[in-house]
Amino acid sequence: MKSMETARLTEQTEVKRFIDKLLQASPAAQTEVMVTEWDSALTRFANNGIHQNVAERDVSVRVRVVKDGKTGVASINQMNESAASDVLKRAIAIADLQSKGEVVPMPGPAESRPVEAWSDATAGATPEERADFVEAICARAKRAGLKAFGAFSTGAEQFAIANSLGVYHHHRSTEATINSVVMGDAGSGYADRGAINVQDLDKDEIADEVIDKAQRNQNAQPVEPGTYEVVLEEYAVAEMLEFMSYTGFSALAVEEDRSFMRLGERITGDAVTIWDDGLDASGLPAPFDFEGVPKQRVDLIKKGVATGVAYDMMTATTEGRQSTGHGLPAPNTEGPFATNLFMQPGSVAKPDLISGIKRGIWVTRFWYVRIVHPKLSIITGMTRDGTFLIENGKVTRPVKDLRFTQSMLEALDGTLGVSTTTKLQIGEFIGASRVPAVHLKAFTFTS
Amino acid sequence: MKDLAEAALNAAQVKGAGYADVRLDEHVQQDIIVKNGQLAAVSDDASEGFGVRVLVDGAWGFAGSARLDRAEVEEVVDRAIRIARASARVRSTPVDLGPPVTSRGHYRTPLERDPFTVPLTEKVDLLLRADAAMGAVKGVSIREGSMEFLRQRKVFASTEGAFIEQELYEAGAGIEATATSPDEVQNRSYPNSFGRHQGSGGYEYVTAMQLDRHGQRIGEEAVALLTAPQCPSGVKTLILDASQTALQIHESCGHPTELDRVFGTEAAYAGTSFMTPEKLNHLQYGSPQVTITADAVTPTGLGTFGWDDEGVPAQQSFLIKEGLFVGYLTSRETASVLGQQSNGTMRADGWNRIPLIRMTNVSLQPGDSSLEQMIAETRDGVYMETNRSWSIDDKRLNFQFGTQLAYEIVNGKRGRLLKNATYAGITPEFWNSCDAVAGKSEWSVWGLANCGKGQPPQTAHVAHGAAPARFQHVKVGILK
Repeated sequence: MKSMETARLTEQTEVKRFIDKLLQASPAAQTEVMVTEWDSALTRFANNGIHQNVAERDVSVRVRVVKDGKTGVASINQMNESAASDVLKRAIAIADLQSKGEVVPMPGPAESRPVEAWSDATAGATPEERADFVEAICARAKRAGLKAFGAFSTGAEQFAIANSLGVYHHHRSTEATINSVVMGDAGSGYADRGAINVQDLDKDEIADEVIDKAQRNQNAQPVEPGTYEVVLEEYAVAEMLEFMSYTGFSALAVEEDRSFMRLGERITGDAVTIWDDGLDASGLPAPFDFEGVPKQRVDLIKKGVATGVAYDMMTATTEGRQSTGHGLPAPNTEGPFATNLFMQPGSVAKPDLISGIKRGIWVTRFWYVRIVHPKLSIITGMTRDGTFLIENGKVTRPVKDLRFTQSMLEALDGTLGVSTTTKLQIGEFIGASRVPAVHLKAFTFTS
Repeated sequence: MKDLAEAALNAAQVKGAGYADVRLDEHVQQDIIVKNGQLAAVSDDASEGFGVRVLVDGAWGFAGSARLDRAEVEEVVDRAIRIARASARVRSTPVDLGPPVTSRGHYRTPLERDPFTVPLTEKVDLLLRADAAMGAVKGVSIREGSMEFLRQRKVFASTEGAFIEQELYEAGAGIEATATSPDEVQNRSYPNSFGRHQGSGGYEYVTAMQLDRHGQRIGEEAVALLTAPQCPSGVKTLILDASQTALQIHESCGHPTELDRVFGTEAAYAGTSFMTPEKLNHLQYGSPQVTITADAVTPTGLGTFGWDDEGVPAQQSFLIKEGLFVGYLTSRETASVLGQQSNGTMRADGWNRIPLIRMTNVSLQPGDSSLEQMIAETRDGVYMETNRSWSIDDKRLNFQFGTQLAYEIVNGKRGRLLKNATYAGITPEFWNSCDAVAGKSEWSVWGLANCGKGQPPQTAHVAHGAAPARFQHVKVGILK
């Protein structure tokens, strides 16, 4: 693909100069400056045609000051001298206007290991290239008598964080994602892909998967709700892991006694090993967190045993230990967040996960998952875009989508098989997971 | 701002746009969080920029930038035009916006006290008083209170001659108490869940909540829930408080009547809708007690404004009339497909996003019952209050909700407190089972500031007028 346009980001040296000047100008005892700048575009399609097509350039300058034991945070979306003065003034005013509050400590300088997350091809992707990609999927769907829907996005971002204790980190990244639902008159299929390099996205591979799934998922008939053996494709596994991270993998959730993580105890089947690693290039790497702390790998569940949780500066200080580099932007009362999740692949080829199942359900993806009970790790949600009955080791027919209400830990406790391959799932808002497909002994569908 | 708007529109026309509009937007937001007796966070966020939407050869292009100068306007218009030409290569049908919209005027949210002029100490003191009230209850392990204030100044101009300036204010606040035991986490919040209760208006909206007077009660309820019996499973009469009724309206009526969703433009993300056009004026969506309107004029509603982001004036319309499905939430483009005119529901969540069809104030009209009467008339039922979890399928039919608190109802009387209450159903069956809605004195407007839709994702602030309502033969207690 020949690029005709390049994402417009400010030169790194200019960003550094801007941050340095802001830090020097601050009268506060401690000051932190975070700059995020992005240039992104998204082409959205429905009914085999493009219906929305957008692009934006924006920047966020976020300043945290600590003055006389009080904290102020302000942000602005301009990167110039008057904006710097304005945002600093507002942050100081907030600190000055309050009586004593809670102070989250700032980290001192530490080396972060650079990770490559940039692609010139993605940064230079043009509207015409996105249209061509989308057109290929729509044309294939149309030829098959189906309708394609979805979105294709490309974007470039730089992120820099510095503080008055000497921290300065800079990272730039690109991301390209495509998701598609293809519908027939009586059913639909789904596929998505994400990559740092847009050239790693194969439109034919995506079209093959989503069209095949849509064709196989026509005229679904209902199946009785109940508890079934299931195969969860990677889309569903990644969503489950994201909810585990949200409810349980944080040191604050453990500290506040609302997490399902019972450290040192066996909480899932021994085929389950989950960790977080922001430096693994096979995920969506980021070398440091939003507090300027270098990322560390955290083993969360090792062969079914809860082994660790993610820390930020606040929770680490409370417990007298080091942050693992999982802090969110200030001000943050939600605690740390594990955003680069990995689940260890197993020994079963994905198509063979169904081989021993007498009667079970194949789930392509989940939809509208919500937490019903955080401590018992119970979630509810629907299946969507390809739910199939498995009989005697074979997928026999599509079934109507089902609602599940299920404890994630109980489901993973019955892990009977894990696929040899994994897939990168880019999160909807933040981070990514690399996960296998799984075969679970029991999963409860309630309607 | 007017000069930049005119420059953008002129450039778009010169470069070949058949239609163009521009929105310049300045957004200021203050957030305050008090946690466990300490001021945990105060932030002050500002964002400004502009977005240009163009139609070229019947296809859309949009670009936005934070840099507000003439050179950037030219570049952004070029980008939008180029994007629109790319769209036109893979277009299905040319966009028809229907009759031109030439609105002109100014709107400002009515308010008594500008929240940005209220001293920070006054706001923090109120949250600390509420926190102390929760903290006085033994067994409350986490206390949190928050406030949020927003001011948005926006200019909309189009090549059809529309020019609108609006200044919109929002104020919101809420408190939450959490209690834990080895196997339980129970929380109670006031006035609503989702962190806070929010409306259009000034600081008076927050003071009216009297947060400090409710801290002790919700603290006691959170602790009591730890040892309360589990909500039993079965098919029972269900009575919902007004805030949960509001969320039920949101998920099972507001979203499925968005006409862009009906036409498939959210199919790969937020889903589609079972309320397809052939059902319009035919589907008995609910019982005769169910009348649901959409309006952008109700005082304090988060969906209240002067004009939407296509310049269409604020108005009221019926979605459900005495149970019959009679209308959609529409945009200019989608309304013209049905031979209608937009009812003014297009909103973007900032300068860098295109407007989408979003709920305004989608409200269940009050009935003639009361909560007391509904309970008195119920032999075997459950009363549920304040949302805890929510989930609905991609066609907006199969739903399951959980609430923070519930009481059993036995022979017309409120019985034991119940924990982990859930209920589930299918949208038209559920609304057709509605046999009572409380009257005007128990009807209020509930703001939801977390409504997600679109790619890239957008968060809309919407509202629902609702009163307690009763439903028959509902499956409750899905979580055993």
